[in-house]
Amino acid sequence: MSDVTQTVLILAAASDIGRAIAHEYARSGTSLILAARDAQRLEADAVDLRLRYGGEVRVAEFDVLDTVRQALFLDGLGALPDTVVCVIGLMGEQDESQRSARAAELVMHSNYTGCCLILGEVANRMEARGAGCIIGVSSVAGDRGRAKNYIYGSAKAGFTAFLSGLRARLAPKGVRVITVQPGFVDTRMTAGMDLPKALTAQPVEVARAIHRAQAHGKHVIYVRPVWRLVMTVIRALPESIFMRTKF
Amino acid sequence: MSAVPSTAHRHDQPANHAAPKARAVELSGWGRHPRSECALLEARGAEDVLGAIAGNQTLIARGNGRSYGDPALNPAGTLSLLKSNRFIDFDPASGMLTCEAGVLLEDVIDTFLPRGWFPPVTPGTKFVTIGGMIASNVHGKNHHLAGSFGNHVESLDLALADGQVMRCSRTENESLFEATCGGMGLTGVILRARFRLMPVETSFIRRETRRLRNLSEAMDAFEAARDWTYSVAWIDCLARGDALGRSLLFLGEHARADELPGPRRLSPLALPKKHSRTVPIDVPGFVQNRWSIGAFNELYYRIAPPGTDVLDYDRFFYPLDGILEWRRLYGRAGLVQYQCVLPLAASRAGLTLLLKRIADAGLGSFLGVLKLFGQQKSGLMSFPMEGYTLALDFPASAKTLALFPVLDAIVADHGGRLYLAKDAATSPAMIERFYPGLAQFRAVRKRVDPAGKFTSLQSRRLGL
Repeated sequence: MSDVTQTVLILAAASDIGRAIAHEYARSGTSLILAARDAQRLEADAVDLRLRYGGEVRVAEFDVLDTVRQALFLDGLGALPDTVVCVIGLMGEQDESQRSARAAELVMHSNYTGCCLILGEVANRMEARGAGCIIGVSSVAGDRGRAKNYIYGSAKAGFTAFLSGLRARLAPKGVRVITVQPGFVDTRMTAGMDLPKALTAQPVEVARAIHRAQAHGKHVIYVRPVWRLVMTVIRALPESIFMRTKF
Repeated sequence: MSAVPSTAHRHDQPANHAAPKARAVELSGWGRHPRSECALLEARGAEDVLGAIAGNQTLIARGNGRSYGDPALNPAGTLSLLKSNRFIDFDPASGMLTCEAGVLLEDVIDTFLPRGWFPPVTPGTKFVTIGGMIASNVHGKNHHLAGSFGNHVESLDLALADGQVMRCSRTENESLFEATCGGMGLTGVILRARFRLMPVETSFIRRETRRLRNLSEAMDAFEAARDWTYSVAWIDCLARGDALGRSLLFLGEHARADELPGPRRLSPLALPKKHSRTVPIDVPGFVQNRWSIGAFNELYYRIAPPGTDVLDYDRFFYPLDGILEWRRLYGRAGLVQYQCVLPLAASRAGLTLLLKRIADAGLGSFLGVLKLFGQQKSGLMSFPMEGYTLALDFPASAKTLALFPVLDAIVADHGGRLYLAKDAATSPAMIERFYPGLAQFRAVRKRVDPAGKFTSLQSRRLGL
């Protein structure tokens, strides 16, 4: 039943990366369910995608923080999508997150708790079905905690670990889990930041990398390969040195 | 959980109408001259545009940066519309398309040509936005029949300096519509536009190429070819004496399905495979000199085979789009394009004089383009008028910039004008002579933007 329609659910479909992913999948003929907190905002994108590619595009309201209703949200979609891509992310302001427990909690819930719980629910249903693909967009910020953004980074670290465990658990069950490490991406989240050009991807690159990773059976991808090297070096630095680095 | 306050800024939802964040970047037009560090803001939709208008003292909208000089530069606030690029509506019965201003013409073609629709007017590159096409009121190889792009715009939504959004058309806010078509973004930010595509049977063009030995022959040929949908000539601006103005005239019609070679008839609307090359480095300036250009022009003139052929739309309309970053052939200093138009009666004398001055100055251009315009009806500040337009690329050198005022004077003396979308160097005094609609244009701007919020480096340079 699951393989009859090729459907992808995109969580945070109004984000720059979410929009790019929607185009990438719609172009190849996949039906889309676009989900975001304010479904109204997705209507314009849905119209655009239908006009461009002619495929089916639905929109759905989804608030990652509303963990109580996550199962209901999935029930409301009808048939479980073949692929679920989670692009949800909230950087927050590090200063604010340090000062205010509420701000920190929002970052943690948005990036970790909320994402893990919805994907956990999706995973259980895919496991029961015996097929499916879960794609989690995490962050290189989770590879090692930095003074500049460790609250965001620690939530992403947890999310990365969650995806890793989920992948191991579901591999024998016919369900795939892909972890995406985008590195810097030129999006609304990073607007106004001065990012090194060679390390900064466009949202469309992220989307293509995800589409390719799914087609090629990859487990963990870095959108720009240079990031794998960068993070290998960063992870290998002794703590006494890493503590003093400024980046 | 839902009680957690959403104070921070989640990336699936922007803050309420706040101005998008600015980033300082070096920007230029397509010619890479001049360059300027600009505070660049990105609009993902109308809300961002309104936020940017509210949050910035001065602002100019920017599309894909294909105007050549400085009209899409404002150091204090340059608003990119590239991410406001959604199709809104399409009526397959009439071909009426509604879209956001940042939609690329390439996307329009890729999406609708396979369904049998083509833009009613297209400039020489498909890498332009719809908003930019309106702001420059661009023309194409069919101007003599179809007029400029503004003629085909049914209506547009314009965000004004006070945050109001106004629908403008030929029947609604007409003066604002006329000031905005060709108004270089100085009346407000175009949010959306509605324009009609035209039906075509195939994605191919039947082309006829004619070799013309001098300017007289070229002009006669243009006038005899007024019935052709598309006409444009490549002109050898280094030829002198009897050969002054020698040209290759390219005429085109949308091919019918039965004109296609056998295998193509099965899918007459198929898009051609995209094949593009990139110029990987800046070519040093000295490579371009009158001898290399002269040799190239001689070869080009000799090699192009006169006669008829059928080719895909991409190669007919956008030969240069296949060479990404071709501007790098002009080195890091960049290039300036000189495009002028002369009224029909003064064209022969004016063109002869212009070509002589250019050849005398020892300046040449690989890309000389000559075209006969028809009458122009839309737009207070629109460039076309009935007569001949000449477009030439030059390296942005001191020698070039010294020649331009001489050319400007010839153009003005003959009652012609310069194209603002190409301009990087003309003067306020010249603009007054070129554009009789300027006073009316200023009056409209004064009414809708009394504080002068919408300005660009070009508008300040020229006192528009």
